[in-house]
Amino acid sequence: MTNTTSERRVISVIVMNESSVLARVTALFAGRGYNIESLTVAPIPESDMSHITIATNGSAKVMEQITKQLHKLIPVYKVIEHEEMVEKEMVLVKFPIAENLSDISALCAAYNGGIVNVGKEMVIAQVADEPKRIKHFIEASQRYNPSEIVRGGVVAIER
Amino acid sequence: MQMSGAQMVCEAIIAEGVTTVFGYPGGAIMHVYDEIYKQEGFEHILNRHEQASVHAADGYARATGEVGVAMVTSGPGFTNAVTGLATAYMDSIPMVVISGQVPSQLIGTDGFQEIDAVGISRPCTKHNFLVRSLEELPRVLKEAFYIARSGRPGPVLVDVPKDITVDIGEFKYPDSVDIPSYKPTYKGNKRQIEKAVEAIKLAKKPLLYIGGGVVLSNATDLVRALSEKTQIPAVETLMARGVMGAKNPLLLGMLGMHGNYSSNMAMSETDLVISLGARFDDRVTGKLSEFAKYADIIHVDIDASNIGKLVDVDFPIVGDITQVLEKMIPLLDDVNPDRYQAWREILNRYDELHPQSYVDSDEVIKPQWAIERIGELVGENAIITSDVGQHQMWAAQHFPFDRPRQWINSGGLGTMGFGFPAALGAKRAFPDKTVINVTGDGSILMNMQELVTAAEYKIPVINLILNNHFLGMVRQWQTFFYEKRYSETDLSFQPNFKALAEACGGIGYDVTTKAEFDAALKDAIEQDKVCFMNVQTNRFEDVLPMVPSGGALFNMMLPQKNPSNEGEK
Repeated sequence: MTNTTSERRVISVIVMNESSVLARVTALFAGRGYNIESLTVAPIPESDMSHITIATNGSAKVMEQITKQLHKLIPVYKVIEHEEMVEKEMVLVKFPIAENLSDISALCAAYNGGIVNVGKEMVIAQVADEPKRIKHFIEASQRYNPSEIVRGGVVAIER
Repeated sequence: MQMSGAQMVCEAIIAEGVTTVFGYPGGAIMHVYDEIYKQEGFEHILNRHEQASVHAADGYARATGEVGVAMVTSGPGFTNAVTGLATAYMDSIPMVVISGQVPSQLIGTDGFQEIDAVGISRPCTKHNFLVRSLEELPRVLKEAFYIARSGRPGPVLVDVPKDITVDIGEFKYPDSVDIPSYKPTYKGNKRQIEKAVEAIKLAKKPLLYIGGGVVLSNATDLVRALSEKTQIPAVETLMARGVMGAKNPLLLGMLGMHGNYSSNMAMSETDLVISLGARFDDRVTGKLSEFAKYADIIHVDIDASNIGKLVDVDFPIVGDITQVLEKMIPLLDDVNPDRYQAWREILNRYDELHPQSYVDSDEVIKPQWAIERIGELVGENAIITSDVGQHQMWAAQHFPFDRPRQWINSGGLGTMGFGFPAALGAKRAFPDKTVINVTGDGSILMNMQELVTAAEYKIPVINLILNNHFLGMVRQWQTFFYEKRYSETDLSFQPNFKALAEACGGIGYDVTTKAEFDAALKDAIEQDKVCFMNVQTNRFEDVLPMVPSGGALFNMMLPQKNPSNEGEK
C-alpha cells in the first residue's frame, strides 16, 4: 500500500557548487512531470558544495526513481531521503502599522517569531517554524490584513 | 606549453587516442578548424549534415567500443546534432561532441547563431559543459572523455565559446580525473551475488535475458561462459544481437514485440530471469503485469536507476557485468546443467512449433530472403547497420549475427536516417569489413546526402534498400490497427535511386530478381565505391511475430505457415 500512496516528502541533495547544477536538478523534475512544492538552495560553509532541499509529493516508487535519477547527475554528490528530520521554514509577513501591533507580536511569538522591522506605514514580522505551523500562522495572521507574505521554503536536517 | 584554446581541443583529441573526427565547420568553431588544418594527429571527415556527423561518430563508437568524436558549430550546427546526441544517449554510446558557441560576452544577447546548447542538450546527454574560461578547458575536455566512457557510457557535449578558442594559455592535459560526485559502481555487492547464485541453483526454468549492456561492458565471453557452464537458455534484446552467436544452441532468439515464439514464451514461463545489462524496455516487456509473471528477477546493471524502474526486482546487483560475472561464474561450479534439461526441451518444442519463418516467393524478392542472403554471402565478415522500421526488424530477426558490435542500430530512440552515417563510422573503423546498411525507401532519404561524403572519402558502404514503396512499419500498423487507412505512408512516388547514387559519385543497382540480387551484391563488395542497392520487395510483407503494443508477450500474431495466402499485392 505504502508503495503507491502519494505523500509529502523532503529530500536533501548535496551538489557540487557549479552554475548549471540547479537547472539540472529542476529539469529532472520538470521533464518527468514531478511537482516541486518548495525548494531552497545555499552553499555549504567551507566547502565547494551546496545543499538543496526539495519538498515534493509522490509515491515511494516514484521517490525511489527521483532519488536514483538525482544521484545519476554528475554534479550530485549525495541524496538524502528524509525520514526522521527536523524541518523548518521561514516566512516574512508585512502588516499595516495601523493594525494591533501587540496582538501581532503575540501571535508571532507563539510561532517562534517576532516583529523585525518597523517602517512608516508597515511592520514586517518574521516566523521560523515547521511548515505545518507556518501554514497555521499564515491563516491566523489573515485577520490583521497582511499586505504581503513571502515563504522561504523548507530546510531540513536528519535527526 | 603555451597554445590557443583551439589547439588545446585538438591536442586533447589526440591525447585521447582518437584517430577520426566527424564534423562540419562554421563561424563559432572556425579557430578549431584552423588548428585541424595544421595538425596531423587525426583525420577529419566532412559529412554533409551535422546530424550525420554525430551518427557517424556514434557508429564508430559502436563498432570499436572507443569514444566517438564529432564537431559542430554553434546555433543550427548544434541543433542539427541534437538528434544524434539523443540517439547515442538512449543507447548509452560513449561519445564527445564539441560544439562552437558565440563569444562569451555575446552569450545571452541573441547573437548570430546563438542557441543555449547546454540547455537544449541537458536531457539527451549524460553530461554537458559550457566552457567558461581557458584555464578550465583542459580539465573539462579530460572529464568529458572520462564521463563518456566510464560507468554507464553516454554522449557528453562540450560547448566552447569562440573567444576561448582564440585565447592563449598554458596547456597541460590532466593525467587523471577526480570528480568527487561521480564514482560509478563497478563491483557488484558480494552478498547480493551470492544470493543470486543461490536463486539460480534453486530455479527450475531460469532464463538469461541479455541486453546491450553486455556489449558495452565487453562481457560477451563471460556471458557465453556462464550459459555454457550452466546450460541456461538465453534470449537477446535488439541491442544484444550477436552476443550469444547465431549458432549457439542455447540462444532462443530475440524477445519482445517482434521476438520469436520460443523467446517470448520462455520469458512468459520462466521462474528466474537473469537480466544482464537490459532495461526492461516497453518494446521488450509488452504488458508489464504479464511479463515474466512467474519469475523472480535477478537484475545486473551498472545504472542503479534502471533497477526497479519498471519491474520489481528480487536480486538487484549494481555493477559492471564483467566484474559481476567474474565473481558469479566460479560460484556456479556445482550447478548440474541437467537440472534445466526439461526446461530446455519445452523451449525446443516451442521453437519447432513456431520457428522464425516466412513464406518465400519465386516471383518477388522477400525482404527476409534478402537479409538471409547477405548472411549467406558475407556472413561473419559483415558489419550490419540499419535504419528504423520493418527492415530493421527483419535484419535483427534473420541475420546470423555471431559476435557483438556486428549489429549497429538505433534501438532506444529509433532514429530513421541513422544507418547510413553510422555505417560510414563503422567502415572507417574497420575498412576490411563489408559494411552494409540495411535500410528502407523511407529511412534512406533522411541522410542520403552522405552519398557525397562516402564518395569523396572513398568509404564504400553498401546501402541495401528494401524498397516496398511504403513507410512499411507504419503501414503495417495501419493494416492491423487502423482499418487499412494508409495515411501518408504510400511512397509510390520515388526518386530514381540508381541515378541518385550515381549523381553523387556512387554506384546504383536496380534489383528485382534473386539473380540480380546476388550479382549486384557481389559487384558492390568488389567495388571501392559507395552504393545504393535498390531492391524491389513485395509491398505488403509484415514483420512477424508481432505482439500488439501493450499486449502480453505470449499473445503473438504469428506468421502463416501456409503459402496459399499471399495477401494483397
